[in-house]
Amino acid sequence: MERNIIIAGVGGQGILTIATILDMAAMHAGLNIKQAEVHGMSQRGGEVQTHLRIADGQIFSDLIPMGQADLILSVEPLESLRYLPYLKKDGAIVTSDEPFKNIGNYPDEQKVLDTVRKSAENVVFVDATKIANELGNPKSYNIVMLGAAARFIGISNADFEWAIGNLFGSKGQEVVDLNIKAFYATTK
Amino acid sequence: MDKQLLLGAEAVAVGAIDAGISGVYAYPGTPSTEITEFIQKSKDAQSRKIRSKWAANEKTAYEAALGMSFAGKRSIVCMKHVGLNVCADPFMNSAITGVNGGLILVVADDPSMHSSQDEQDSRAYGRFAMLPLLEPATQQEAYDAVRFGLDLSEAVKLPVVLRLTTRMSHSRAVIERKAMRDQNAFNPDVNTRQWILLPAIAKKNYAGLIDKQTAIEKSSAESPFNKVVEGKGKKAVIAFGIGYNYVMEVCKTNNLELPVLKISQYPLPKDMVQSFIDKYDDILIVEEGYPIYEELLRGFSDNKKFRGRLDGALPRMGELSPDAVAPALGVKPVVGQPVPDIMVNRPPALCVGCSHRDLYEELNSVLSAYPGKAVFGDIGCYTLGALPPYSAINSCVDMGASITMAKGAAEAGLHPAVAVIGDSTFTHSGMTGLLDCVNDNVQVTIIISDNSTTAMTGGQDSAGTNKMVDICKGLGVEPEHIVTIVPVKPRLEQNIEIIKKEIDYKGVSVILAQRECMQTLARKKKAAKK
Repeated sequence: MERNIIIAGVGGQGILTIATILDMAAMHAGLNIKQAEVHGMSQRGGEVQTHLRIADGQIFSDLIPMGQADLILSVEPLESLRYLPYLKKDGAIVTSDEPFKNIGNYPDEQKVLDTVRKSAENVVFVDATKIANELGNPKSYNIVMLGAAARFIGISNADFEWAIGNLFGSKGQEVVDLNIKAFYATTK
Repeated sequence: MDKQLLLGAEAVAVGAIDAGISGVYAYPGTPSTEITEFIQKSKDAQSRKIRSKWAANEKTAYEAALGMSFAGKRSIVCMKHVGLNVCADPFMNSAITGVNGGLILVVADDPSMHSSQDEQDSRAYGRFAMLPLLEPATQQEAYDAVRFGLDLSEAVKLPVVLRLTTRMSHSRAVIERKAMRDQNAFNPDVNTRQWILLPAIAKKNYAGLIDKQTAIEKSSAESPFNKVVEGKGKKAVIAFGIGYNYVMEVCKTNNLELPVLKISQYPLPKDMVQSFIDKYDDILIVEEGYPIYEELLRGFSDNKKFRGRLDGALPRMGELSPDAVAPALGVKPVVGQPVPDIMVNRPPALCVGCSHRDLYEELNSVLSAYPGKAVFGDIGCYTLGALPPYSAINSCVDMGASITMAKGAAEAGLHPAVAVIGDSTFTHSGMTGLLDCVNDNVQVTIIISDNSTTAMTGGQDSAGTNKMVDICKGLGVEPEHIVTIVPVKPRLEQNIEIIKKEIDYKGVSVILAQRECMQTLARKKKAAKK
């Protein structure tokens, strides 16, 4: 088993929380992990991405080779397109449909969504803000996104539940339950 | 044993704690910052009383680490690649003094300049100083290299360099910890004269350093970090550090069985390398950094059997990747779809509400009346003032250069000559330049944009917090020309008046633009709520 995942977004959107849960779930599943992050200058409202690789065998490169990503998981639609050269022919895109416009020349919104729709066989748009708000926990936006992508990742939901419990455990069972609900919001 | 998922930088930190260091010394700099931050937050480090506060700059950090070594304790000193320029003096000379307690310089290079002004390769410094250098390819090796390096340091009585690159420092993998060991006993080296680099002693020590080259090369030859991966055919690869990962990735994906010599410890083990290169006709040299060893192996007569960055087999600059290495191994890289035409970039920007924004607005307003002006910038978040909408600075070179470049330009006739420097950068390398300005009574306006933190690297403590006025006074700036403003919207007009007045002053003027960083402020508020 080997999965190459690019998690994309804009600095400050919290993509590392998604990566952390994914890492913990993969560890719990007994898989090997390599996860290359972006720190420093580009975090200031710039585009950010993390290359996350999980496998039952040895992983050499910290970076995913082009054309080898099974999944682009993006918390912003335009950002999901930035890494298309990395996506496998039959790879999937799971993205939030909500643009993050911190630049003046953000392209036409509808055109962005249309382009994403055409860019892979499996494209899943997630209205993550709305879903998170309906759950009464706007902060669970990223967990909703992760839940929507889970079926492309190849780790069991039980491992994800364990990881969510582990990450939020110190904040009490209520917070854990809210996030588990957010994880399943689009899967059930 | 305990398994943990860690960044390469964090693996170094845990490795250092477990290997019995008594102190870490550092100035923040991407991609090295997380090493020291991890130790500062570590309960293990706290219970073992490992000292870990930030230093004013890399030079003070290195010298303090050397002092700890003098006293018999183990220490590491951490910095980014350009920080090693700042402490090149103690670094080079510590190779001549040698060490008592184990000492490792951890230096994190930034090929591709993700967050830096150059991509210099610290392995050149390792050769320059004639010191052993370790370049781990995995996070586990990064963890292991610290203990190994400290032991080597104490065995050969020399500092050891541990080189990371961005991708190693900022990538996570699972590492397995070893049992923690005790710190060294306090054992100051007061009975030898090796630390006194008077010429007569330095000559003797330098001869000793040359003698030790045999021992450190022997360590490389026996190193657990250097190895040969057997393969088939007459083509082969010598892969250095993290370059090994990319080569093996391409080999694995494409079922290539190339012989690969992996080097992660320097100086090069001569016999090991010689016997490897004698066997093959065509050898690709894969280095994450400058083509230092490619140049060495090619030699003056340019032996064509070596390929690499110098002949275009690999890109001449920038960090490597599986995609950069694949064509050099004869593999056509698979590429997904192109990036659609509608794509636009998101340049990094100053945070909403950031004090630098107000400062640049005020400064631009004043300077629009002076066609002959120039603003010398420095290293920090405020370097982003170079970008629209501000386009407010004319230079950014190295820590502290804003003040001294403004000085030189003023002496050549420039007016207004304005420097914009952050508080942490000022105490790092700006104070001596300000003293030069005072001594020459040159007409410069120094704006210290003081947000009470080292913001760009994530909000670390700043050495001069609450001391700025006193520092400027102490350096001899006239007290009536040390002016404090609060860069905030309602004070725009008032601040513009003050800045204009100081720019017109015919002498050294310091404007302290003081308002806390939005990020650290938000963090404090969040912490107070808990």
